[in-house]
Amino acid sequence: MKLTVNGTVHEFDAPPDMPLLWVLRDLLGMTGTKYGCGIAACGSCTVHIDGKQQRSCVTPVSMAEGRQITTIEGLSDDASHPVQRAWAELDVVQCGYCQSGQIMAAAALLAEDPEPDDAAIDQAMNGLICRCGTYQRVRAAVHRAAELGGR
Amino acid sequence: MRIHEANRLLTAGTSRRDFLKTSAVATGGLVIAFHVPGAKRLAASGIAPAGPFAPNAFLRIGDDDSVTVLLAHSEMGQGIWTALPMLIAEELECDWSAIRVEHAPAAPAYAHTAFGIQATGGSTTTWSEFDRYRQAGATARTLLVQAAADRFGVPVTGCRVENGMVSAGDSRARFGELVEAAAKLTPPESVALKDPADWTVIGRPTRRLDTPEKITGRAKFGIDVQFDGLLTAVVARPPTFGGKVKSFDASAAKAIPGVRQVVEVPSGIAVVADHFWAAEQGRKALTVTWEPGPAAGLDSENMLAEWRDLTRTPGVTAAEAGDAAGALAGAAQRIEAAYSFPYLAHATMEPLNCTVKIGPDGCDIWTGTQFQGPDQMAAAAIAGLKPEQVRIHTPFLGGGFGRRANPASDFVAEAVHVAKAAGAPVKTVWTREDDMRGGYYRPAFFHRARLGIGADGLPVAWDHDMAGQSIVAGTFFEAMIPENGVDPSSTEGLADSPYMAEVPNYRIGVHTPTPGVPVLWWRSVGHTHTAFVTETLIDEAAYAAGRDPVDYRRALLANHPRHLGVLNLAAEKAGWGSPLPAGRARGIAVHESFGSFVAEVAEVSLESNQIRVHRVTCAIDCGIVVNPETIRAQLEGAVAYGLGAALHSAITLRDGQVQESNFDGYQVLRQAEMPAVDVHIVPSKEPPGGVGEPGTPPIGPAVANAVFVLTEQRLRDLPLRL
Repeated sequence: MKLTVNGTVHEFDAPPDMPLLWVLRDLLGMTGTKYGCGIAACGSCTVHIDGKQQRSCVTPVSMAEGRQITTIEGLSDDASHPVQRAWAELDVVQCGYCQSGQIMAAAALLAEDPEPDDAAIDQAMNGLICRCGTYQRVRAAVHRAAELGGR
Repeated sequence: MRIHEANRLLTAGTSRRDFLKTSAVATGGLVIAFHVPGAKRLAASGIAPAGPFAPNAFLRIGDDDSVTVLLAHSEMGQGIWTALPMLIAEELECDWSAIRVEHAPAAPAYAHTAFGIQATGGSTTTWSEFDRYRQAGATARTLLVQAAADRFGVPVTGCRVENGMVSAGDSRARFGELVEAAAKLTPPESVALKDPADWTVIGRPTRRLDTPEKITGRAKFGIDVQFDGLLTAVVARPPTFGGKVKSFDASAAKAIPGVRQVVEVPSGIAVVADHFWAAEQGRKALTVTWEPGPAAGLDSENMLAEWRDLTRTPGVTAAEAGDAAGALAGAAQRIEAAYSFPYLAHATMEPLNCTVKIGPDGCDIWTGTQFQGPDQMAAAAIAGLKPEQVRIHTPFLGGGFGRRANPASDFVAEAVHVAKAAGAPVKTVWTREDDMRGGYYRPAFFHRARLGIGADGLPVAWDHDMAGQSIVAGTFFEAMIPENGVDPSSTEGLADSPYMAEVPNYRIGVHTPTPGVPVLWWRSVGHTHTAFVTETLIDEAAYAAGRDPVDYRRALLANHPRHLGVLNLAAEKAGWGSPLPAGRARGIAVHESFGSFVAEVAEVSLESNQIRVHRVTCAIDCGIVVNPETIRAQLEGAVAYGLGAALHSAITLRDGQVQESNFDGYQVLRQAEMPAVDVHIVPSKEPPGGVGEPGTPPIGPAVANAVFVLTEQRLRDLPLRL
């Protein structure tokens, strides 16, 4: 099986129904994408497939074949993506476990809606759980990222 | 030479000095170590490390100028990865950008200054390390200055230290250039710490040091540990608490590609595979017959109904004064109120996991734990090793909230059993379902309070009975329980409430049933329920007395200036008493926990009969502020954590089985429900208090009190439902 992750083609053996999440983590050694629930209820496993956010824990790897997959490791080379810069500026993270997913979801949101209002942010990010409760800073940081990414 | 080897050197020999030692490190560096009296409270239990003194090593300075701070506690989001280095940097005068941070290994050196075991919990890290880490920094600076003075040929008083550089006149030397000489010096018997007026780091808003790793996916959590030869296991555990394996058939599981072994361990049947997915498929193919065990018939609804009756009878007296029953009978007004609180799962975002590699010379464990000390002992006992042969490596914790501080060391002990049985290095991974159904919950509680109000509107009698499981009974913390047999973590926040000091007649009775559900501390522990009871009951009393809830509390807290300070600050900042849009109301609560004082005002409306919290104004007095940014973040998070529980969360049991298994059934707060949270910090010169937990207790009662304004209903069953 072949998979293009962050622009690099990887070859491996896996059953077609194996979730993309576990392929990334356990077969490709890319652990930035996190397991949180396994049922697409928390968003910690969010990646981009052809630019759209997807929950990798319920995405069979066979469905990701031949498509462009971006993970947190590939969002930028140097934490320079506007979402990452905003996250750093506003000190969003606490334990950090859910943040790969939060950042990937926020980046996907901004790609579709460059200037989301609070309601749009709340709606787009409601599928992601942060038990540390960083939601207020997530909201503020998405706004800040919109400014940083503004053209 | 590794730091634990340096520790061994430091502790070798019998003539230990009481205070400071240094040791040159082979790589060319300076290790600062010192002794503090060990043998704390828990020593008698046999858990605390043996010996009269515990050596400590918190700081390494490299010849490359790097300053590596070793954390005796675990970073789980609460910000100590930044706060503890700030304490060192304040005294060391180093370059902040030269700071590196590591979790310390498990070693007696890192025992908690108050608990005597290596642990993180109780919102204690900052205050318990406030002196130790500053002293470590000051000692290093003293030695570096001496080394510089010797090199420059000037008295130490002629040297200045700034930003990792010692200078005197035209002479200058970087810390890295001084470490070799400094390591050979005899450390001072004592060091003077800075006058707080001269602090430049403590109190300064400081960004987290762990952010760069955590926004790029580079941060390593326990579940991310990988190395050649590591297998992954999932464990089939009994569906009811206390259940056991009767028999099992592993043939179908072993036929799954990637499954290597199926082994029986005390907690169940472990399927060991090349990776998680294969292990999980193997577990699904497994056939296990269970002995259901003593808790198999448990129904949480029936249980709370039994406790409802139980609290009609007096429990063991935890605290009393005067004649509560007599004064209640003679009171001008009486309020009787009953409250129920469900079991709650911590639901850390990182499900439990533990990696164990047993080798010829010991055992390596990688796990996100709050309890390195107890886990090391538990692992050693299972592996047949000495505690010092168990090397615990602590990655970042994907949340803790108490779940990773288990006196039973459940997830660590199990993983050692699995690795031992498999004869291979194994990472045991819990699925979300395993984690949520795995017990160790915030105990369910039932409270029944009878409040007597005098003719002047103030409480004259408080007669109270409660029922709920003890967290510490049966653990090595049992020594905390006083002679009356009542677990103080059940009554904290109630028996010691400042209101009790103003009520001449009170009695608090406690029933401690033992239904067999594993329970544990959950962010703010007993305060999760006692604050709800006290702060909604006092609110009721205020309305019964025809008084404004803030004014009424002011009257009762007149002799408690720190309570009063946060109460007034939160009320002022929230605009208490000012008009609100139609359909909105405010509620307030104030509570002390973990050495800090927090008041919260919640602004609430009802939307389609759902409680909607728009804004929460918090005021905190946590004594000396180390990092105000951390305090704000912790209060924002504590509000979210407590609000999720207040509005949504409950673990329920039917036929002994936990009904919730994932975030579909166990609801927590999500983005769209997050209120705007403002945090206001009371300036203070009091010693530092806790910050991680004290923001949680007031939010539930503040919301319930606002709901009363909107509906005239007193909601007393959690989660709150209209």
